[in-house]
Amino acid sequence: MVADTAPSSLTVAPSRSSASLCIRAWLARRSEAVAIPVGAAALGFLLFGLFLAALGKSPVQLVDIVWRGGFGSPFALGNSLQRAAPLLFAALCVALPARLGLVVIGGEGAIVLGGLAAAAAAQPLAALPALLAVPLMACAAALVGAVWIGSVGWLQAYRGVNATISSLLLSYIAIALANHLIEGPLRDPTSLNKPSTLPVGDAFMLGPMPVIGVHWGLGCGVIACLIAYGLMDRTTLGFAARIAGGNVRAAQIQGLPVGRLIVGFTALGGAFAALAGFFEVVAVQGTANGTLAAGYGYTGILVAFLARQNPIAIVPVAFLLGGIEASSGLIQRRMQLPDATVLVLEGLLFLIVLMSETLYGRFKLFNPHLWAEKRAPAPPSPVLA
Amino acid sequence: MSDGLGLWTVPLAVVGGAIRVSTPFLFVSLGETITERSGRINLGLEGTLVFGAMAAYATAVMTGSPWAGVAVAGLAGGLFGLLHGFVCKFPRVNDVAIGIALMLFGSGLAFFLGKPFIQPSAPPLPAIGFGAWSDLPQVQAALRVNVLFLIGAALSVALWWGLRNTRAGLVLRVVGDSADAARAMGYDVDHVRLLATGLGGVLAGIGGAYLSLYYPGSWNEGVSSGQGLMAVALVIFARWNPLACFGAALLFGGAGALGPALQSVGVSQGYYLFYAAPYVLTLALLVATSSPDRALAGAPGELSLSK
Repeated sequence: MVADTAPSSLTVAPSRSSASLCIRAWLARRSEAVAIPVGAAALGFLLFGLFLAALGKSPVQLVDIVWRGGFGSPFALGNSLQRAAPLLFAALCVALPARLGLVVIGGEGAIVLGGLAAAAAAQPLAALPALLAVPLMACAAALVGAVWIGSVGWLQAYRGVNATISSLLLSYIAIALANHLIEGPLRDPTSLNKPSTLPVGDAFMLGPMPVIGVHWGLGCGVIACLIAYGLMDRTTLGFAARIAGGNVRAAQIQGLPVGRLIVGFTALGGAFAALAGFFEVVAVQGTANGTLAAGYGYTGILVAFLARQNPIAIVPVAFLLGGIEASSGLIQRRMQLPDATVLVLEGLLFLIVLMSETLYGRFKLFNPHLWAEKRAPAPPSPVLA
Repeated sequence: MSDGLGLWTVPLAVVGGAIRVSTPFLFVSLGETITERSGRINLGLEGTLVFGAMAAYATAVMTGSPWAGVAVAGLAGGLFGLLHGFVCKFPRVNDVAIGIALMLFGSGLAFFLGKPFIQPSAPPLPAIGFGAWSDLPQVQAALRVNVLFLIGAALSVALWWGLRNTRAGLVLRVVGDSADAARAMGYDVDHVRLLATGLGGVLAGIGGAYLSLYYPGSWNEGVSSGQGLMAVALVIFARWNPLACFGAALLFGGAGALGPALQSVGVSQGYYLFYAAPYVLTLALLVATSSPDRALAGAPGELSLSK
């Protein structure tokens, strides 16, 4: 169990100054948010190791391969970071609406349409200098994504349609629409085996970032996470969203514009997801084609839940999962395992981390309001569930 | 003779398709109805459906009996359902999120274990021809009805009757409408929900068996195109009524058959758009039947979806 991190004897001596107690209480609360997900993820890896062992494969070899394929060399690291970039954006598409209590799982559709919009916008903008045209392409992508996922929020707020279901349906519709456009009106006639749109052109392609050598989507993704963190935790808008997510009635009585908050946060999430598609087109593929629907939207859901919808935590989690997915090919070749191996691991991690939600507030180590319990009856808990 | 049918091919193919395509919708939506009537939502039935398809196909390949495949698919689906039901009883565990995780986990595990079974072919489930009165091969093809479809139809009537008239149906409805009332009556709410989710999983697994053993009739990673999830939306549209689920499943099956039917008469423009028809239909029905002001008529009171 995860509880093994808790020391057995933890008492608060009465002589301690209240300042040090405050610091320790603050540290305890903070470390709970790290220790429980990390412990849960460790348990998930352990169970997956047992699963592999039961199939006669070596879990130790898997760890070794994931390390070498995802993190061990500059090349592997670059590969992982390149995969992490779309995951950052896709996870924000889950985390931002989650602040309002919405479970949006249709980021894949926004990614595909965003990439398509960027590629389509490149043609009329071809005469402009790249410095002007590329941001405009990003805007086109973001706009399409914002409308697409924003309509999920609008349907929830004003029509009462469940966002989880409508977002996934819209994602299927988006992929069908993109397939139609890529194989029909927007198809490059010279793309025979792999239907694609016209290439955006070398002038509009983004190069790698200095020093890191990974495309700009990574840097922009990290910045997007920081912006989302600032918005959610440092502005009144984010505070209002959190109130609305906790209790809609209370928020309405306070006079908060719940409907507009929902539409705004879902639209912003959709815009971010669409930027993942934009970067895939202008930094990796060069055209919009079927590989846009590579499953980043679905892995992004996992990233957001593993990060417990915290935009800062999304950065390391996206890096970890990017690395695991980057080593997928090596796992197949070296261990003769199917390509779905990573899916099984991801599903298992997802399940265990969701289950670990029930552990918050249970461990004495992390919950200062439980410390004094032996001496006096506990004061009413100030921590809201 | 067959050329004389002309455009009549389309409605005929849609009717035949409705019967052929609707069975997975029917089983998953009946399963989800049982689960949701107990007050929980299991979005993971998509994963259960895919895993059921794999389990049924693999079993049928190994034993040579499609019915053994159906049984194993139901059993595997039941295990997934029980897992969902067990995990969701803990405080602060979100049933919607667990469902999404199970969707990933079920499909992943099915792809993982089902890799060796993509090549071999399995014996299909039997079908009964109700079209012998007609000379037209199209009519005969359209009216070839699979046994599972008939079982599903009977099951929806039985469930509709059982929910109203049996003790088990009453307990299920009480638990779903008010957990407090059920506790006051001495029922173990978590236990009832565990069983209801397990039973829902069994039905979804059987729906998966139909996919791989009859139509489309093969096992590969694209065997389900979101039917499991659409069935969840279908339950809302059907107002948690098993009989209405039957009608809605036929409607969805018809929408799914529209694309291939139009393609067969030479309409090739917008091929992918017709494939989106079931999703558009689902969304349109959801929008039309939902309301922000009031809970949905007929919705179980404990369901997080309608709160």
